[in-house]
Amino acid sequence: MSIIVNGEPHECAPSSLAALLTDLGYGDAIVATALNGDFVPADARGETAVADGDRVEILAPMQGG
Amino acid sequence: MLKLYDHAVESRLLLGTALYPSPAIMADAVRAARCDIVTVSLRRESGTARAGQDFWGFIRDLGIRVLPNTAGCHTVKEAVTTAQMAREVFGTPWVKLEVINDADTLQPDVFGLVEAARILTKDGFQVFPYCTEDLGVAERLVEAGCEVLMPWGAPIGSARGLNNVYGLRSLRAHFPDIPLIVDAGLGVPSHAAAAMELGYDAVLLNTAVAKAGDPVKMANAFARAVEAGRLAFEADPLEPRDMAAPSTPVLGKAFLE
Repeated sequence: MSIIVNGEPHECAPSSLAALLTDLGYGDAIVATALNGDFVPADARGETAVADGDRVEILAPMQGG
Repeated sequence: MLKLYDHAVESRLLLGTALYPSPAIMADAVRAARCDIVTVSLRRESGTARAGQDFWGFIRDLGIRVLPNTAGCHTVKEAVTTAQMAREVFGTPWVKLEVINDADTLQPDVFGLVEAARILTKDGFQVFPYCTEDLGVAERLVEAGCEVLMPWGAPIGSARGLNNVYGLRSLRAHFPDIPLIVDAGLGVPSHAAAAMELGYDAVLLNTAVAKAGDPVKMANAFARAVEAGRLAFEADPLEPRDMAAPSTPVLGKAFLE
């Protein structure tokens, strides 16, 4: 299936949002996630399924004003 | 001492962390500004490049409090989701709430701002709304639960200073007990001093320091201006008058005609 991660399509079939992060190499990185515009807390990623066409945002600390 | 949501702060200068020539210069500028709070943001992270992890390391080494923003959000939904993500990553209920209306002026969408502030406050956030000097909007934000207001001085990054001194003075008079922070649009330290002389509790700026030829020196200059402006406010400055008033005593002057 195709999942849009940070605006880019990815062909993959992860068992959960947590698995997707592991597959993409985030490992222990400090990031926050959203699925189709809704926040997904870190402790809910393992039980959050991702489906074909889903939009995932993976954000990290960045400079800001 | 200034208190922002039960948190006492020494410094009345809040600094942004963006647009510096390098992370090292940013860190030096933050130290030169002697500030207690810096603003930060969230952006897309690559699983391999991990730029955000390095930045977060820099900020944590500074050992100061962070105020995450929702910069770039144009809808209530975007701003609320971004705030929720920021709370988890940065471990703070504080959020500098931006809901932007117009791309040219970056002026706040005040209707969306009030709605987002209400949602976030109910969800346990401590909201610092980036707003205008409009009294009606400010009242709505306070009703929504905001205990700090952050009106703009001028459009973000414009370096114009205080565009509406009358409006800012009115806001200060209308809300004597709410911490008010002038956020955005300042260009030079005298702008910051002017805001503090009006009785504003603090100023928040980024571009004026980060894009200066020497950001570290400019951070120091702003720190002094903020302190000078605050002292002047506390010292109860004179009201301007139209006619001269001699400072040297007239009584006892020699008659030499």
